[in-house]
Amino acid sequence: MKRLGLVLLGLALLAGVLAQPGGRYQIGTPLTEQEVQRWNIRPSILPDGRGLPPGQGTVDEGERVYNAQCLGCHGANGQGGVFNRLVGEPFPVTKDVDSVDFVIGNYWQYPTTLFDYIRRAMPLQAPGTLSDNEVYALVAYLLYQNGVIDGSEPMNAQTLPKVQMPARAILELDPTTQKRFPWLRLP
Amino acid sequence: MNRRKLLQLLSKGAAAGAFVKLSGGLAQGGEKFSEKAFEPMRFLGAELREYGERSEFEKGVVRYISPNLRTRHSGANFTPLDKLDGVITPSSLHFERHHGGVPTIDPAEHRLVIHGMVERPLIFTLADLKRLPSVTRTLFIECAGNGQNGYRNPPDMTLTATRSRGLVSNSSWTGVPLAILLKEAGVKEGARWLIPEGADAAAYTRSLPLEKAMEDVLVAYAQNGEALRPEQGYPLRLVVPGWEGSIMVKWLRRIQVTDMPVMAKDETSEYTDTMADGKVHAFTWIMEPQSIITYPSGLQQIQRGFHEIRGLAWSGHGRIVRVEISLDGGATWRRASLEPSPDPLSVVRFKLGWVWDGKETIIMSRAWDEKGNTQPTQEEFFARWARNNRYHYNAIQAWRIGADGKVVNGDKTLSASLAPRRLGAVGMGGCGGES
Repeated sequence: MKRLGLVLLGLALLAGVLAQPGGRYQIGTPLTEQEVQRWNIRPSILPDGRGLPPGQGTVDEGERVYNAQCLGCHGANGQGGVFNRLVGEPFPVTKDVDSVDFVIGNYWQYPTTLFDYIRRAMPLQAPGTLSDNEVYALVAYLLYQNGVIDGSEPMNAQTLPKVQMPARAILELDPTTQKRFPWLRLP
Repeated sequence: MNRRKLLQLLSKGAAAGAFVKLSGGLAQGGEKFSEKAFEPMRFLGAELREYGERSEFEKGVVRYISPNLRTRHSGANFTPLDKLDGVITPSSLHFERHHGGVPTIDPAEHRLVIHGMVERPLIFTLADLKRLPSVTRTLFIECAGNGQNGYRNPPDMTLTATRSRGLVSNSSWTGVPLAILLKEAGVKEGARWLIPEGADAAAYTRSLPLEKAMEDVLVAYAQNGEALRPEQGYPLRLVVPGWEGSIMVKWLRRIQVTDMPVMAKDETSEYTDTMADGKVHAFTWIMEPQSIITYPSGLQQIQRGFHEIRGLAWSGHGRIVRVEISLDGGATWRRASLEPSPDPLSVVRFKLGWVWDGKETIIMSRAWDEKGNTQPTQEEFFARWARNNRYHYNAIQAWRIGADGKVVNGDKTLSASLAPRRLGAVGMGGCGGES
């Protein structure tokens, strides 16, 4: 208990040093949280759902967006084209599955990654142009096509983080990394 | 090298037979001079110029771009390791890996924002960052997909050293330690992670532990003494010593401090390793030891007589302390000499003098780092990693020298139970388009 107290005291002191008002060099201009948001226009979505915007989308809406925006590269129904196949069975990959067949249903481990990545980087030629509702709809469509969800409820900030991805069951932290950072846990 | 020196060298190890052949070859070659070669220039050369270019006769030394790539806006090309000397990669030949093309960024407009779990969100101009204390280090950057041609079975007989291990480059990087910026902003208690973001079209992000950032991560603005090249992140990139290249976010514009990793697309659906036990490993950050013989190497042609076997070695765990070379297919090994390296996490050049007697043989190299890590054989590698894995291949690369002096891939064809599924020389994509 005494040792824990000392550790906590140490951490508090460390935090105090790091948080000195004005910093060490007084270089860099402070921003208000509102100003920060002007730079944070494709915000990261954390695995617990933090960062997800308001709005929602359904499987049917997603199919329409997919056919208009994604089909040209990823093929009909996400079966693959010039670019990656996206749709397969909802069972984790084995070592007999070729990597060109690593898809959302058998390989992606976090549902929030879909929203984060599609809004951030897709479509390849025009990233950042989809509305939040369109992104939610695409996520719903792709998860449904992969057999991960039944499509009975729309995707939104509440439903998306609760989706269980089949491939999460086989994901582990690299053992060398675990040794280097004993505190590290995968979400 | 004059003939007397050659004689001295050969007397140390050469068989008499090899020497006779070699001497005959030299006598023939010595008569083939063009008339132009006998005297210096008789007219003025080119004028001074503001920015230098290499000789017009060196234009063939270029990065390798795989014909299998689906687009040149997202993919990788390879540093031509088998055509370079020393250890520093010329900036123009540093391998590239992008996810949404190379952005054009005006440095006067560019900003770096640090926010999230900090006492004071801060915005930095490039001029701000250059005022802060600077650090210059020579460090390798290696793509996690380096070695991807090792996943082919049977081995690709057109393989070169460039296509085997050319997703690595070594540069002098100058920048401000990220720890300084984080101390300026004041990290809040409970923060564990950073999410750096690029200004490219893919707004590329990754997760980086705060602990590593406080140790040795650089926010770099210079490469080999001048501003970063656009394809290397101009005007600002992360350099994370010893870790996989894909975590070193280029065109750096924003760093969010959090208590949780983001699990971005490029640390989940890509840059994760499939293992032989059926698991998938995440966050395989530290690059394992690598070595590659660049001379003689795949598709080169050698003659009998003296050769300096040359190659490159590096490890993300620390300094390379030993490189061994086998000249007999792995039966026996001898120690190569290492040129001094300026930094423990930089590429080192290894060398071994050798007189080739004209008999077919297989040569290979393996490196050890200061932590005792070394490279596996192909079989040892696939005992741990699954045959459908895409990353972190660091098995020993062999080159077979035929009796005709032609050098080709000397790797073994693996048994069906270990064999990677990808067959033949035509790849299916992957970050370099090669695997």
